[in-house]
Amino acid sequence: MRKAQGILSVLFFAAALLVLEQSYVYLRDGQIAQWLRALLAIIWGVGGILLLFTLASNVVEQFSPRWKRRLVPIVFVGPATAIVIWYLALPAVRTFVASLYDANGKNFVGLANYIYAFTSREMLLSFRNNFLFWLIFATIFSVIFGLLIAVMADRTHPLFEKICKAFIFMPMAISMVGASVIWKFVYEYRPAGAPQIGLLNAIVTGLGGEPQAWLLQQPWNNLFLIAIMIWLQTGYAMVIFSAAIKGVPAELHEAGRIDGAGEIQLFFKITLPTIWGAVVTVATTIMLATLKIFDIVQSMTGGNFGTQVIANVQYTQMFRQFNYGRAASVAIVLLLAVLPVMYYNLRQFSKRTEAF
Amino acid sequence: MSRYSKVGTVFVYAVLIFLTISWLTPTLGLLVSSFRPDAEVSATGWWTVVAHPGESTLTMDNYRTVLGIPAPGQVVERGRENINLLTAVVNTVAVALPATVIPILIAAFAAYGFAWIRFPGRRWLFILTIGLMGVPLQVSLIPVLRDYIKIGLNGTYLGVWLAHTGFGLPLAVYLLYNYISSLQRDIFESAFIDGASHFTIFVRLILPLSAPALASFATFQFLWTWNDLLVPLVFLSSNQGSQVLTQRLLGLMGSFGQDWHLLTAGAFISMLLPLAVFFLLQRYFVRGIMAGSVKQ
Repeated sequence: MRKAQGILSVLFFAAALLVLEQSYVYLRDGQIAQWLRALLAIIWGVGGILLLFTLASNVVEQFSPRWKRRLVPIVFVGPATAIVIWYLALPAVRTFVASLYDANGKNFVGLANYIYAFTSREMLLSFRNNFLFWLIFATIFSVIFGLLIAVMADRTHPLFEKICKAFIFMPMAISMVGASVIWKFVYEYRPAGAPQIGLLNAIVTGLGGEPQAWLLQQPWNNLFLIAIMIWLQTGYAMVIFSAAIKGVPAELHEAGRIDGAGEIQLFFKITLPTIWGAVVTVATTIMLATLKIFDIVQSMTGGNFGTQVIANVQYTQMFRQFNYGRAASVAIVLLLAVLPVMYYNLRQFSKRTEAF
Repeated sequence: MSRYSKVGTVFVYAVLIFLTISWLTPTLGLLVSSFRPDAEVSATGWWTVVAHPGESTLTMDNYRTVLGIPAPGQVVERGRENINLLTAVVNTVAVALPATVIPILIAAFAAYGFAWIRFPGRRWLFILTIGLMGVPLQVSLIPVLRDYIKIGLNGTYLGVWLAHTGFGLPLAVYLLYNYISSLQRDIFESAFIDGASHFTIFVRLILPLSAPALASFATFQFLWTWNDLLVPLVFLSSNQGSQVLTQRLLGLMGSFGQDWHLLTAGAFISMLLPLAVFFLLQRYFVRGIMAGSVKQ
């Protein structure tokens, strides 16, 4: 009886796989209306994953306790580890290998691609932009604005604080491409004399200045792209800081006040040291994001006019030049650039996950 | 509030009001422009609508044009008849929904396995799974794309879901592990004694108990997948009919860069659902962001 059930459960699992496979092919190749294909695909994806987990567990349940102990963990952690290995662990190695081969991956070229990655003009330009402009300005200004707003909002009426924070946090929900449309419109340039429809040039001409093509002025155009990042990330910094500030014991401030400290002194002597951990977390997170910055540059300038960045070179080498060797070496350089920050973050994580 | 001087309080409010308005204005400009006719958008700044409401016309035509559903009698400008963002909206939903559910489910199973099942290699696999958090996904693009082309996953929804799953899993496992491992053992001790399997306990007890953590990560991952550009750019087909909103928006910026009335409408369409999700589920989103402030 038990054996029959076991065979049946395996059959169910196999049948489910077959049905999913057949319907996948039908959904991919079949002539159906696009909305219907999308709807069925969603059902297929969400339903499929539920079905597979359920049926796989059912199969495992039929085994003897001894085997069950071995198989149950595979059902639970197997899919996650397999996917992480396929998508992250192995690719790191495979990309490194690809970086030692030529554009088509046919001939071994040694470190030639790395000579490109470390000495070519566009990569040197990218290093300047990523490390000098993006990393420093985006991180510092997001942190400063975030701190400023969090500290100030903490002293206002709770409803006012809530509204204020919600609107400053809102850009977090907007895609970088959407944000780029928003800001490209702000930076829109018309020659002097023509009506300025871009907000920034309207303000400049309103104050009696000359309109500027902001996105063409090297190297300052980088800062106009970075402004978008600051606009997006300040809300994130603010939310984390705000929570940290609310955790600072009120007695600390009271004690400081009794000692006659002013508001600014209180901030630097008490608030900032207490929430320092949060500042570091936010700074490292934004640093990681700036090193990998892609969407904003791709949609604002395409990396032209001196605004090139590492991730955009990687994309261009991969999809415009079809030079997989170079693209791979640039990806490895990007990995090296984020490694110190990643390592630091992981150590923080392992501290928080001590129980393991 | 009485602890602070009056001048100080006024100053704080003034600065905050100024900053909030500065943060909001660019988006407001986009929203207003998306309702203005072409001729007016290129002739006057969007703020004229706010300053002199009487002199301006507002229209839905831009939205009709970009969605590909013109009103009867509406004349669509030449070359703009086939923007058809409605298709992109459908595609984006089809990408983002499963790309949210699949990683959550896989991660929840893994988090439970790591937290509550003893097996050899557990610690090792856990470190492998979350240790790759933060690896730039650029490192994965070439090998994964090669695999996709070989097995026919390139350009399919499934390929994009799996890619988003792969890149989102470390954070998801980390967040859910923290939550699930902190649940009290006695909650499910009695279920074990009654002979319930891990699967039953997971589905009946753990998933419902983890609802807040699941919701947090879901909000986070949904906004991420909806707004992401690189993954669809690499793994979805480049033909217009199968692209998602961010891809189409990028394309529109290239081909209709001066059509601000259409670009603004298109951008707002792409922002509508994320903004709704954001304002409705802000609580969960914030919690997710606080719990693991690292993502790729």
